[in-house]
Amino acid sequence: MWHGIDMYSLVYSFGFVPCACEHQGIVDDQFTQLRKLEDENSPHFVMEVASLFFEDCEKLINNMAIALEQKQGVDFKQIDECIHQLKGSSSSIGAMRVKNACIAFRSFSDGQNREGCLRCLQQLSHEYSLLKNKLQTLFRLEKEIVAAGGSIPRVH
Amino acid sequence: MDKGLPAKREITFETELFGSKTFLIYVEPVFSKAGETIGINYMGIDITDQVRKRERMIKIREEIAVQKAKETELNRTIHITEETMRAKQMLATMSHEIRSPLSGVVSMAEILATTKLDREQRQLLDVMISSGDLVLQLINDILDLSKVESGVMKLEATKFRPREVVKHVLQTAAASLRKILTLEGNVADDVPIEVIGDVLRIRQILTNLISNAIKFTHEGKVGVKLYVVPEPPFAKEGSQNGSAGSTANQSTTNVPKEETCTSTSQTSSDQRGFHGKKHEGSCQDRSQNERGTPVTNGTIDVTEEQAELPETTVWIRCDVYDTGIGIPENALPTLFKKYMQVSADHARKYGGTGLGLAICKQLVELMGGRLTVSSQVHCGSTFTFILPYKVSLSCDHSDDVDDDLSDMDDHGATDDDATAGFFQFQPRTLGSLFSSNGSSRTQNLLAHNIGYVNSHKINGFSENCYSFPTSNGQTKEMDLFEDACSVAEALEISPEPESSFSHSPDHDNESAICRDEHHHNVVNAENKVSTRDVSSCSETSREVDVKEKITEPQLPAERQGRSDSGFQSTLNSSREASNSISKPKILLVEDNKINVMVTRSMMKQLGHTIDVVSNGVEAVRAIQYHSYDLVLMDVCMPVMDGLQTTRLIRSFEETGNWDEAAKAGIEKPSPSSDSLQPDCTPPKRIPIIAMTANALSESADECSANGMDSFISKPVTFQKLKECLEQYFP
Repeated sequence: MWHGIDMYSLVYSFGFVPCACEHQGIVDDQFTQLRKLEDENSPHFVMEVASLFFEDCEKLINNMAIALEQKQGVDFKQIDECIHQLKGSSSSIGAMRVKNACIAFRSFSDGQNREGCLRCLQQLSHEYSLLKNKLQTLFRLEKEIVAAGGSIPRVH
Repeated sequence: MDKGLPAKREITFETELFGSKTFLIYVEPVFSKAGETIGINYMGIDITDQVRKRERMIKIREEIAVQKAKETELNRTIHITEETMRAKQMLATMSHEIRSPLSGVVSMAEILATTKLDREQRQLLDVMISSGDLVLQLINDILDLSKVESGVMKLEATKFRPREVVKHVLQTAAASLRKILTLEGNVADDVPIEVIGDVLRIRQILTNLISNAIKFTHEGKVGVKLYVVPEPPFAKEGSQNGSAGSTANQSTTNVPKEETCTSTSQTSSDQRGFHGKKHEGSCQDRSQNERGTPVTNGTIDVTEEQAELPETTVWIRCDVYDTGIGIPENALPTLFKKYMQVSADHARKYGGTGLGLAICKQLVELMGGRLTVSSQVHCGSTFTFILPYKVSLSCDHSDDVDDDLSDMDDHGATDDDATAGFFQFQPRTLGSLFSSNGSSRTQNLLAHNIGYVNSHKINGFSENCYSFPTSNGQTKEMDLFEDACSVAEALEISPEPESSFSHSPDHDNESAICRDEHHHNVVNAENKVSTRDVSSCSETSREVDVKEKITEPQLPAERQGRSDSGFQSTLNSSREASNSISKPKILLVEDNKINVMVTRSMMKQLGHTIDVVSNGVEAVRAIQYHSYDLVLMDVCMPVMDGLQTTRLIRSFEETGNWDEAAKAGIEKPSPSSDSLQPDCTPPKRIPIIAMTANALSESADECSANGMDSFISKPVTFQKLKECLEQYFP
């Protein structure tokens, strides 16, 4: 279980990852707020919300991709709705770069610009993957620490 | 050929005469005028040498790359080492700088403690002193460690009596023991009365190990076992004057004396060049010591040669064992590393800096020994260190015995102490039970304790209420002993339900009465404290302990009222429970599941539960059937947005009916017992808060135009919700 990874490194990394995320602008203060909501009664709150967000996000991105591929005509209203949803969710969870990507996306969808939308969608996908990657690292670390018998330092 | 294009390739042939040779083959098709392939031109060049050269070049380049990498690595290591050295030096210097003023602070605090203070002041002061002490200990630890590591530490060589040291360390530990544990010490008979070594460090190590053992043991016993062992295999150094060969056992008789004599004489002749006669003499005595022939007090059968004899070395092994929580196998390798605790949980629960064991290990190794551990989880652990000690055979024990508290112990002390090999400190007594001494001595000791402490007393309260014996230097020993006494005092004062409570106990005619009270009170106190110890498991437990210790001398009624922080949480939750009866009913209208989850969680932290609906229609229906005190309304929703929903709700409030809603397609509520009966008085206006995403269509003006009372901009944060609630539910 210890395998040369000492507890202090684990815990340190655990503190470091969210800081790095915030530093890089991947998440903002809202995310920190969510972490503060974790306690004994809801110890996995952030993970749960994040999982829900990932599901939601993937579904919306998928829907938008399909909508943009329609040869007969793009339903920009639907795309607009998807963006609105995604912007709401991402800002609630603190996913800053995803939210910003949505804002940029919206201007293209308002302008009914298909090419622009495709590019934005790609950017959006990219930001989403980045976020998912970072957050999953965080959750994995959390699991490792708990499995090694440690406990997660709470945010105050 | 198929493609009709020329090609070149390297092909290696094995030839019998010349070994393997490589040729570069060039083939090109030849076309007829019509374009058909009619043949090929082919050329071959012998490039064997070139190939060989090329391969060698590659190898050389690889080697260069490897070399370069090694160099970089080495440079980096040097750099890191330099940095580390510098950092360590700085740490040591800083610690030094910190220590002086800190000592000043603690000293002043201690002086202050001797002045007249009221209860509250004394409590504060006690915390000050104990905190200061802790920090000082930590700094001393750090300095010790850096001293040992940098090789600056010089070892002392003084004569001391192992039995005394063991007894004293155990005594001190017993005196500040807060749990029900048995402390025992067992010194084998073959351990010499007096040995030569660095008693300060040894005491430090022993104290550290024992306090660790106590810390991690909640029931059962902690003990020390001291016995002579043959020279261990790791000490195979030429200059070692150790036991001849490794065949000497404690239990052997004098039979193989001749052999050992001769082999020793061989080795020592190389080193010391003594005369033959002296050899024999020294042999005799040396082997005698190693065999562990008990040396009786004051007299040894010495010959004239004794005076010129060199010192012999005896290896003594010390086991510090406990029946504690044990150490998991996977934690053993890192146990002695600096700053390591078994787990973050351990660190939190048990405190400590993790420096103790590292220091012990360094010290033991510096003295030429080894420190090892064996443990079983839930059963206990045993820490073992083996050290070489010199034994001088000239037996004058009076002068140089380096034992500060020998005066303390020695009032009335006889040579019994010197040979007393077994000590046990049972819980429930603060005195010590000596198996080889009568109880009268114990009484004397107690009376002595109390008498000693008396001189410090100003009012009925003790000064340093407690201190935990961790790795202390020599100076602290005295303090600890005083503390032990004052702990005795404090406990003595703590009231019992039956006995009367007096602030100024009459110290003079104590002895027997006092001792009984001691036991009783100690039992109560220890039981109480030990349960509290278990329940409060944070680093601040030490401080809590202090407060608890100090509050004990109060009247029982007060003691109950002054519940400790452990109860805080239950108070909080009960407060919340009472609130829920009068808690406002809040409706959240939001379609985004994630926003719902976040908002709900934040509201929960603020102490509110909420109802959730996901669009305007459901919101209207909810309001038709329930009364709400607050509505949080998302503006952009499918089916019916927030603005329209608000309009409908307001129309209901103004008209008293749901006609507008019916026009929008929402059924009127059935006149059943569920719905709110439209009565004569107009329905109360519900505060509706808009949750806007700041889009153009959601401007604040528009919200209020539609009947909303205020708005929160998304994303919803804890602070915004809190302010909103404070505004509407002050």
